[in-house]
Amino acid sequence: MPERRKPVDVVLVGVGFTGAILGKELAGAGLSVVGLERGIRRDTVPDFQGPAMHDELRYAVRHGLMQDPARETYTFRNNPNEEALPVRVLGSFLPGTDVGGAGVHWNGHTWRFLPTDFVMRSHYTERYGAEIFDDDLTVQDWGITYGELEPYYDRFEYLCGIGGKAGNLRGDIQPGGNPFEGARAREFPNPPTEPAYAGALFGHAARQLGYTPFQIPSANMTRAYTNPEGLQLMPCSICGFCERFGCEHFAKASPQTVILPATLKQPNFELRTQAHVTRVLVDKQRQRASGVLYVDAAGREIEQPAELVILCSFALNNVRLMLVSEIGRPYDPATGEGTIGRNYSYQTMSSLSVFYDQDRNINPFMGAGALGTAIDDYNGDNFDHTGLGFVGGAYISANTTGGRPIEYHPVPPGTPRWGLGWKQAVARHYNHTVSVGCHGSSVSARGNYLSLDPTYRDAFGVPLLRITFDFPENDIRMSEYVTARATEIAKLMGGRTIAASAQSRPYSVVPYQTTHNTGGAIMGTDPTSSAVNRYLQSWDVPNVFVMGASAYPQNAGYNPTGTVGALTYWAAEAIVTRYLQNPGPLVP
Amino acid sequence: MTEISRRNILKAGGFLGASATLAPSQPAAAEETRHYRFFNADEAQFVEAAVDRLIPPDPKWPGAKDAGVPVYIDRQLFGAYGNGERLYLAGPWKQGTPQQGYQLRFTPAALYRTALHAIHAALVQEGQPFHERTADAQDAVLKSLEAGERDLDGVPSAVFFETLLANTIEGFFADPAYGGNRDKAGWRMVGFPGAHAAYLGLYTQHGMHFPGEPLAMDETGSHSRHR
Repeated sequence: MPERRKPVDVVLVGVGFTGAILGKELAGAGLSVVGLERGIRRDTVPDFQGPAMHDELRYAVRHGLMQDPARETYTFRNNPNEEALPVRVLGSFLPGTDVGGAGVHWNGHTWRFLPTDFVMRSHYTERYGAEIFDDDLTVQDWGITYGELEPYYDRFEYLCGIGGKAGNLRGDIQPGGNPFEGARAREFPNPPTEPAYAGALFGHAARQLGYTPFQIPSANMTRAYTNPEGLQLMPCSICGFCERFGCEHFAKASPQTVILPATLKQPNFELRTQAHVTRVLVDKQRQRASGVLYVDAAGREIEQPAELVILCSFALNNVRLMLVSEIGRPYDPATGEGTIGRNYSYQTMSSLSVFYDQDRNINPFMGAGALGTAIDDYNGDNFDHTGLGFVGGAYISANTTGGRPIEYHPVPPGTPRWGLGWKQAVARHYNHTVSVGCHGSSVSARGNYLSLDPTYRDAFGVPLLRITFDFPENDIRMSEYVTARATEIAKLMGGRTIAASAQSRPYSVVPYQTTHNTGGAIMGTDPTSSAVNRYLQSWDVPNVFVMGASAYPQNAGYNPTGTVGALTYWAAEAIVTRYLQNPGPLVP
Repeated sequence: MTEISRRNILKAGGFLGASATLAPSQPAAAEETRHYRFFNADEAQFVEAAVDRLIPPDPKWPGAKDAGVPVYIDRQLFGAYGNGERLYLAGPWKQGTPQQGYQLRFTPAALYRTALHAIHAALVQEGQPFHERTADAQDAVLKSLEAGERDLDGVPSAVFFETLLANTIEGFFADPAYGGNRDKAGWRMVGFPGAHAAYLGLYTQHGMHFPGEPLAMDETGSHSRHR
């Protein structure tokens, strides 16, 4: 029998960005809250300090801050006709672990989705006709509008001290910002980054083609900042060890720097680490959760009763916990029925390299996670899709994130893979190359979904999550189109040669692409086609809420964290102001 | 010698000057071989020769062998990486598609041990162990491994080759604390300043020559900046 702990009002599964925010909001509202984190406790001091943090091998290559696949991983197949096999080495995506979650090692790109992204199905249908969607696409509206979410975006951006320039202030287009973004109520809390050399070369070329380049909104501080929680952040020193690393200087917004100290100060919040939740306990009618079951550091099985269970782990792991706990009905791609695991989406990335003469020092190591210059002219529905044969798009950018040489040593096409020719090409091109990326949307499709694997299990004996995914043809056409536009820009950047490749099928879990895995427990207005309502509340078990990018019905062409933060504040407010007064479904 | 002065020498055509100044600070590779912890003598001879074909010496920069890459790989295989840290090893083990990634039962240490034994046995039977062959003949062996033409007692040769190539590049560019990148040769070669890192006043000086000497973790001070 598991040891039973004292019941609490709320149990949070996972203490990353969403768990830390909810802990503060709900404990602040007077509830007793326990945050269960499977990983260890860690903080800026002493855990992220130099010189040990500046270790590319340990953190970037060996994934020192990431989920350990030896204990917990996923299985993968491209389509339902294949047998899924375990992801034995992390590759295409890198879920974080430990206190702070992926909010510790992220880059800090903090975007808002476009107003049209939230109504993707109805907007495109209205503008182009329903036939613009391929038959196999399950794209749908979110059940929330940009206007509703705007105040919560604002709150998350001020929490994180985002540096940027508004492109749209209450409907007035502003010079220097992204003119395509939805209207903002006020400016960013901090000024934008300055362009690095790569960004300046990109921006100059983009302007020649009539585009509007701007600096990417950044969670790397552009000046000293005290956030609304009273926490102080320091200016980013542009150290080039950001993505996949913890920030040693209090200069990157992370749970540890912007919210967790305030959460931990709440007398009725308790953080328990090395507490690995194996299932949500749900009654026989599968309508009410009574708490969670977890395994502690010593291997003891413990029951934590709670009135409210909130899943705050990584998108994929939220979905797995719902399936394991039998919350809601699993999605069946053959019939299209069921909701849990439905609409798994990703991100459609492509990249280009511009190779320069040796007199041009790009200095790729003078970087920061979110140091980049972008155009948004080909994202979402910012351009006319008539006759193009696809929906969605991508932002195009030149980012300078660190140029760490184990992973970054660009060489032109035709270079041998090893030997003297390779070595000399690496020496020749390392400091004289600019990378341009296309960060593209990912539509949901009938055959892309998440389910429990029938064969493989984790260290606790729980079935692994099975990912069935390939890039929909829609996204391949989108990638080819946007990559061609990016190539036109790259040709004006003053380089000697260009290498470009659009995204292609089949998707592979081997090379790193992005950790923007979305969907599987999506939000919506209809319980037959969504797992949670517009307040991220389970349709089936109303005292379970599910945070994070698992709620996205499809993924937009932006980094997802800004929207995760906004949805968290939106859901927290609904819980505090409405659910607590009358616990039950917030949407009938 | 600073980056700037070395660059000036190179501009003047002084390749010999540059390599001559680098040479004295490189520890003799022969000493290191006595300290292998994982590799036996046959394995070490193959790895030392093979990595030096993957990243060969040139007049300016050492090859992988003199840059300490065999020592780096030896220490990796002796330690947690070699023993399967962060590797999901549970069965069943099935052959997947290339998109499904690594699906073998071998830890990296077992992969090297198995593959190196099979390669050595095959090459000796053909007449000569790897390290006694000419550079061209060594390249031919590596290309046949890369093409996946050999079964190495259960290890597809392409899997072994890709692991060796990835580990070689790691050892050439990882912090010298791991035994490779000796004298920071990999970093000097590309102009990466290493663990030294703070470019706030510099990143907007587009196109500048960064003049600093690369710094390893052990050279950047032992104290945290924040307490």
